Amino acid sequence: MAMTMTEKIFARHAGLDKVVPGQLIKCKVDLVLGNDITAPPAIREFERIGRPVFDKDKIVLVPDHFTPNKDIKSAEQAKTVRQFAKQHAITNYFEVGRMGIEHVLLPEQGLVAPGEVIIGADSHTCTYGALGAFASGVGSTDMAAAMATGETWFKVPSSLKVELSGSLPQWVSGKDVILTLIGQIGVDGARYQSLEFCGAGVAALSIADRLTIANMAIEAGAKNGIFPVDDITHDFLAGRVVKEYQEVAADPDAIYERTVRIDLSTLQPVVALPHLPENVKPVREVGAIAIDQVIIGSCTNGRIEDLAQAAKVFEGKKVHPDVRAIVIPGTQAVYLEAMKRGYVETFINAGAVVSTPTCGPCLGGHMGILAAGERAVATTNRNFRGRMGHVDSEVYLAGPVVAAASAITGRISGPWEVC
Amino acid sequence: MICQGKVWRYGDNVDTDVIIPARYLNTADPKELAKRCMEDIDASFAAGVKKGDIIVADRNFGCGSSREHAPVAIKASGISCVVAASFARIFYRNAINIGLPLVELGDQVAMIQAGHEISIDLAQGVLLNKTTGQKFTVQPLPGFIQEIAQAGGLIEYVKQGAGA
Repeated sequence: MAMTMTEKIFARHAGLDKVVPGQLIKCKVDLVLGNDITAPPAIREFERIGRPVFDKDKIVLVPDHFTPNKDIKSAEQAKTVRQFAKQHAITNYFEVGRMGIEHVLLPEQGLVAPGEVIIGADSHTCTYGALGAFASGVGSTDMAAAMATGETWFKVPSSLKVELSGSLPQWVSGKDVILTLIGQIGVDGARYQSLEFCGAGVAALSIADRLTIANMAIEAGAKNGIFPVDDITHDFLAGRVVKEYQEVAADPDAIYERTVRIDLSTLQPVVALPHLPENVKPVREVGAIAIDQVIIGSCTNGRIEDLAQAAKVFEGKKVHPDVRAIVIPGTQAVYLEAMKRGYVETFINAGAVVSTPTCGPCLGGHMGILAAGERAVATTNRNFRGRMGHVDSEVYLAGPVVAAASAITGRISGPWEVC
Repeated sequence: MICQGKVWRYGDNVDTDVIIPARYLNTADPKELAKRCMEDIDASFAAGVKKGDIIVADRNFGCGSSREHAPVAIKASGISCVVAASFARIFYRNAINIGLPLVELGDQVAMIQAGHEISIDLAQGVLLNKTTGQKFTVQPLPGFIQEIAQAGGLIEYVKQGAGA
């Protein structure tokens, strides 16, 4: 019987010929991820089980949220993760200085392959669906159980098909695609579902665009977001992923709960207004909204392609005197590449600050906390109330070109206003 | 198991950032988290909540982060059960895993207001609004999830040898 990509991956990992939506299954996991906030409670629970780790090569630990540590308590949390990694000889532990924001780092390091089942104690683990893996966020207890058993349980989700056609116009990126989709279906529009992207438009999207889109599947309530594996995926994986993998494709007659169609050529730069990612409006329609801060980076838009787009807008211009602009490369490798290409110089000459990789400001952790009444344009993934600081602050979500243009004008702007 | 208490009422899309703001996630101690629970949506919650009280909300409760600190904070604050029109999936999963009872009630949550006294018999699948006298049927948890709940959460379930 016909299956979607997610159903096929689940069936294979559960050792079944067929799975159907609603079915509860136990399946093997290929990778288990945790960070400095979620891993410490997972480690505590893991120790209660009293077993060794199922596979030291299949656990990934990335202290990235409150690192470099912002205070003593967060240093203690990072220490717990570091000691655990040492004790269990975890292969993929990424220390400050060699690390990155987890969801930028793992694909870059070749740790994610098509057809895999990946769980992470971080909701944006769904990012890896861009490479044709089933990837989903879980909590610390799930992480603990999976570290011990190499398995986890799932309810097989029904699927929402997102059929893409056309190609992106100038200044429009993956961020605009996913924000437009969330604006259309709402923050619970894909709740408990798999978002399966397909159609001729996929070939027009770079891996960076796909990673950004899959990253925010959770913002529509989805369990996972997944892209088909094509030549662009293979080019990205070549020389990066050394392990063997088995990619899957959806059957042509797979059953979806519903289909949403998006013609990429009709899209324009958009912004999600406070306090939900579904409050989406074209930049041209938001009017004059003065801002205090801009954040370019995060697991959503911290790749070299994102910094390239921002640098193009910043080139030869200055950040508005009333704005703090913060640029955060997603990994050390992205940082180095941005230096080589001259982007870091462009950002600093423009009056922006460039930080070591950290999730800091995205979750209101450190490095860019907002005071009461302040507004930020951020390339991050959530604009919930109080997300980036004071409960009376506001976050506007946008892609890198809108964030950069807004930093220059001091109000929410499209790049066409400054370029 | 019977949960009984006063209702704390919230709306749609109560996210994990307001349940437990990230600025307090430099600890995972349940008691510390409970002191900050719901702070960004209801500053009166932590001081006013009594053991047994019940949170009732509309759609998509617990959306956002995978932080298990959210259901942990709610449970540690004394809340005996969360009733919502619907739940976000990671929150749902986390709550089951740590043993915080959840009841998905759909649009019927509209009949329950702040301050009402309600009781929920999870085994019988009955929610009684003692203030209005209304009774609602509660869907039982799927079998496999009941096993986890009966074991006292996922870790106990795995310890009992249910995992690989």
